[in-house]
Amino acid sequence: MSKNEIVKRLTEVFRDIFDDDSIVITEKTTANDIDDWDSIEHINLIGAVEEEFGMRFKMREVSGMKNVGEMINIIAERGN
Amino acid sequence: MKELLYPFNSKLILRKRRALKKQLLADGTARIKKKIAVLGGSTTDDIVSSLELFLLDFGIEPEFYQSEYNKFYEDAVFGSPELDKFAPDIIYIHTTSRNLTMIPESPAETPEQIQERLDDQYEYFQTIWTSLFEKFSCPVIQNNFELPLYRHTGNYDGWGYSGTGAFINRLNVMFSDYARRNNGFYINDINYLSSAIGLKKWHDAEAWFLYKYAMRVEVLPEVAYSVACIIKSVYGRNQKVIDLDLDNTLWGGVIGDDGVEGIELGVETAVGQSYVEFQEFIRQFKNYGILLAVCSKNDEENALAGLNHPSSVLKPEDFVSIKANWNSKDSNIEESAKEIGLLPDSFVFVDDNPAECAIIDAQLKIPTVNFSSVEEAMYNLSRGGYFEVTAVSNDDLKRSEMYSANAKRNAQQKSFSNYQDYLLSLDMNANITDFLPVYLQRITQLTNKSNQFNVTTKRYSESDMKTVAESPEYIRLCGQLADKFGDNGVVSVVIGRCDDKTLHIDLWLMSCRVLKRDMEFAMLDELVKQCRERGIEKIIGYYYRTPKNNMVSELFATFGFENVSRSDNGDSVWCLDITSYVNKNHVIKINEKEYSHE
Repeated sequence: MSKNEIVKRLTEVFRDIFDDDSIVITEKTTANDIDDWDSIEHINLIGAVEEEFGMRFKMREVSGMKNVGEMINIIAERGN
Repeated sequence: MKELLYPFNSKLILRKRRALKKQLLADGTARIKKKIAVLGGSTTDDIVSSLELFLLDFGIEPEFYQSEYNKFYEDAVFGSPELDKFAPDIIYIHTTSRNLTMIPESPAETPEQIQERLDDQYEYFQTIWTSLFEKFSCPVIQNNFELPLYRHTGNYDGWGYSGTGAFINRLNVMFSDYARRNNGFYINDINYLSSAIGLKKWHDAEAWFLYKYAMRVEVLPEVAYSVACIIKSVYGRNQKVIDLDLDNTLWGGVIGDDGVEGIELGVETAVGQSYVEFQEFIRQFKNYGILLAVCSKNDEENALAGLNHPSSVLKPEDFVSIKANWNSKDSNIEESAKEIGLLPDSFVFVDDNPAECAIIDAQLKIPTVNFSSVEEAMYNLSRGGYFEVTAVSNDDLKRSEMYSANAKRNAQQKSFSNYQDYLLSLDMNANITDFLPVYLQRITQLTNKSNQFNVTTKRYSESDMKTVAESPEYIRLCGQLADKFGDNGVVSVVIGRCDDKTLHIDLWLMSCRVLKRDMEFAMLDELVKQCRERGIEKIIGYYYRTPKNNMVSELFATFGFENVSRSDNGDSVWCLDITSYVNKNHVIKINEKEYSHE
């Protein structure tokens, strides 16, 4: 799966979770860039990403991801 | 909303909840507002966000208070200024086995020591409930406990004194005992829910370590739905009727083609047995006061032949309305609703044809259960929560009987050309009294579920009603109506607030099952009589328009009230000078017969 494809599908997940069709994500995007991205919404985001790509994040990854780029790398490795 | 009807897709709800909420809030539905405090022993955010969606869909607009993480005990027992200020209408205590502090630790403990642990643990929770009732006297919903997934001792865990499973099961029994003894206390049965979902799917230790969620994130909407069903039931928003298709729903095969001998029904074959089991399942709903109806594309003759099949558990007389014809099913449901005196939104529709379900869903926006198999239909009727029971009144138990009596009255009406003669022929007797304690629950129930014949649609909780019942400030009328066909029980409630020589009507409602029987005039006569005894000279009536109460928009005009004002939103105010009032009821005898207050 190419990074482009991952970004495309990931963007849809972000737009659904935050109900904002204007969201554009890059590898550098962090929680600071999206107003509603708090610890509660993070849980839903993780769940929806796992569902979308048919994979589970490890506990260490859930609390350790620094930006969307790291998320994309993990998905590229294990996602479907 | 389709996405929120059972069986819903939890993952979709979690992913799209913001958009769903926006859509619900924009759909123009009038909703009752309720303040709900959620006291959690774990994270509650996604329970609350899902609960919000389900309640909005049930016509309830919630405002939430959430305790700080795991501060359920402190909030309840020591109080919190925020919670006090919030003044909840209903409290949900979301605790799980993660919050149990007294679980047995060693097989060396004696049965007495284990019993002490159990009592201490129970006491811990009972302190919470007592404190909440004292402070807020509002309904409380409490989770019971789910079984653990992991066991050290295998099956022994479920029965040995030191077993965790055994401890939890015993505690759950104590919670249920408390619920039966205390009105306004309801168990959210997560013990059942986690079993139905499967403990392996329910438990997710990582969700606990990471987020302090006590169950897998994707089952949170299921928990929320279960709570939402209790809340909507408390506020009288249950469905009341199961409207059933016949062919391939109550029996196997098509009776028009196969003939009554050809349909599959009866224990002789596996398929036939499954339909017997389904019919028995449906009959159990009837025992709890749920009305049954038939909606089938069939010749009526064939439909009745099927229901009279020797193996049919349900007989024609079990149904309050049978529509077997070739009209569209949505128009048939509307017809049945009219006959019974309910709105179509009180119906749940069951049909094996997905196309019929889709039409009903689109036309009437009522819950539909697609009967793909007996098991699937029973499961969805179980989990859909349409008939969630939070109290069982005598009325519930007799309801179907009362509606059957109505059918007999309708038949009799046809033999009279003069309506007054018909009413007299019914030999009606009303008993109109103050709010007697035995009827308080029924009176409260009526205030929460009467939508059509209800001028103010004011809702009362059981504690509100107790206050009204004890206050000298009010004139209260509770009307029961019986006739030669049967007793309708409590059917009308009026609450008037005295203010010097004026009485303000806070509430005037009547059950639609006694429409056009002049019971409203009997109530007015009695109200005026009591007003005169108190030296009151005029009565002010209020009509507050809702989407459902158009039927009484001119009620006060028919009573002879003068119109005082009309607002743009459809509300109106009315006034009656009672000095020259003449009694209006000539067909119902009042307080002549002894009523048994069973």
